[in-house]
Amino acid sequence: MDYLIRFSQSHETFRLPEIEALALIEGVDLKVVSYSLDSPFCVVHLPSEDAAKHLIRRSILVMSIYELWGSGVTLDDVHAAVRSTTAHLWPRYLACSFKFTLDSYQGSRAADDKIAIINSFAYLGFAGPIVMRRPDEEFTLFEDWEFNSTPLGIPDPKCSFFGRYLATGARDLPKKLDLKKRRYISTTSMDAELALVTANLALAAPGKLMYDPFVGTGSFPIACAQFGALTFGSDIDGRSIRGDDRKKTLKGNFDQYGLLSGLGGTFTADLTNSPIRRNALTGHGDGVKGRLFDGIVCDPPYGVREGLRVLGVRDPEKSPWVIPKGIEMYKQPDFVPPRKPYSFLAMLDDILLFSAQTLVDNGRLSFWMPTANDEDQEMPVPMHPYLELVSVCTQVFNKWSRRLITYRRIPDAQVDQDAFNSREEGAQHLGKTVDELNPFRRAYFNKFET
Amino acid sequence: MKVLTLNFLTCAVKTCKASNDSFPLHPKDAELAKDGVEINPQLLVNVLPRIDWTALRTTSTELGFPALPEQPPTAEDLTSDEKMLQELHTLLLETQMLEGKLVCGHCGHEYAVREGIANFLLPSHLV
Repeated sequence: MDYLIRFSQSHETFRLPEIEALALIEGVDLKVVSYSLDSPFCVVHLPSEDAAKHLIRRSILVMSIYELWGSGVTLDDVHAAVRSTTAHLWPRYLACSFKFTLDSYQGSRAADDKIAIINSFAYLGFAGPIVMRRPDEEFTLFEDWEFNSTPLGIPDPKCSFFGRYLATGARDLPKKLDLKKRRYISTTSMDAELALVTANLALAAPGKLMYDPFVGTGSFPIACAQFGALTFGSDIDGRSIRGDDRKKTLKGNFDQYGLLSGLGGTFTADLTNSPIRRNALTGHGDGVKGRLFDGIVCDPPYGVREGLRVLGVRDPEKSPWVIPKGIEMYKQPDFVPPRKPYSFLAMLDDILLFSAQTLVDNGRLSFWMPTANDEDQEMPVPMHPYLELVSVCTQVFNKWSRRLITYRRIPDAQVDQDAFNSREEGAQHLGKTVDELNPFRRAYFNKFET
Repeated sequence: MKVLTLNFLTCAVKTCKASNDSFPLHPKDAELAKDGVEINPQLLVNVLPRIDWTALRTTSTELGFPALPEQPPTAEDLTSDEKMLQELHTLLLETQMLEGKLVCGHCGHEYAVREGIANFLLPSHLV
């Protein structure tokens, strides 16, 4: 049976990866029949009505899903399809209450035309009461119009679909977790909508363990906990986790949403000196032993606001007092260890290696990274032989874009060991200052001028 | 942080990774709290194979809990033995370490835990 997914026409490059991830989470056999970035209408083949409802129940980018009764270029084509393929279904809806809706994307119909279109379906023979609020069944004619149809005077849509409403997605969920109403946020908190999409792409679900090594105020763990996962987080800045020690803390956010049981633990740490136990990569692990997490989700510092730093001293010769002072004072409770600038590209390599070591087989790494629009500063998608690239989704801003990149941890037996052994570890990330180490940061502060 | 987290944490100093004594970290002057958390058998079954059982036995005893069996339960044991499931749930998911120190058995470094948040930042001579 074919079904019609009515997407939101926003975050277009995220939509297919999200429902593909949801198909995995819900155990649904999904086949995409037709899809376009320019259209909110997507035809899919699914095994059952139940599968269709399950597929979209956690979707942030799907508005609703319909049982597809007919489609075509013209309305007559739609009627022909409905008459020839669905007549056996019509008797089911003879007596129930129903309503008809018209959904015109990028176009509009005059009121009289709307009524004429709806009445053209009279052959269905539905005899029950017409109820506008919460009828038993809702039938919708979708129209996909050309861009600028109205000013251009285009009289008809390029194609139409007719379907019976089944279920709605989870587009109300971002409102619940909206940053505007969250107790504790910071300048780098990820917005609720995309944090939830990220959690879907990382396959967060009940019984799973998720980790964010750049947790900040907890946006990603909150989104993962919302979907039932048990989450862990760390950050090099302990103040970010502790907040102001009253209600405005990372833990306070979980409390606000009733998600405290989804908070496993948080700690202060530098990813390049991580206290998380992990083993060296071999070719013969069993996929579980020595591995910890089902998913790693994060938005690493791009080196702009935070001036990417890790533990250590930048120039021990220039500041020789720092290390001996550290030896003397490090056991004191308010000691703040020195940090040195670090390369964003080196950090990405560290994240990939850490994920390869700590994800269970088929676990997901999902993180955000920028790409400057200017060709000179484009940063390629980082790769690792133990991680298979699943999807790259792009959010476009005015002068720059950022990508959500998702990988799957390949089982040891399927990893290309030759590729792994021949990799040059510790690539050239030379430079001392934050500006030298982070080309994106340079471009950002130079307003992307060449 | 829940006791489950302790089973994932080792000494952050890179040179300690070579030694077995750096894991698990040893709680010192630990203040614990117990929350009520709804039991989720699926979570425990999922997590069980990832737990280092020997380390968990050590941590459990050091925190004052009755000794855990030498061999970890299997998934079938967990789903059929309600009591074992409840005990594991209480230890791993309902017990929080709020204050104290986590000590490395190899180098002796003490990581402070304050208000449930552990601090693993290292001074520059240990990085």
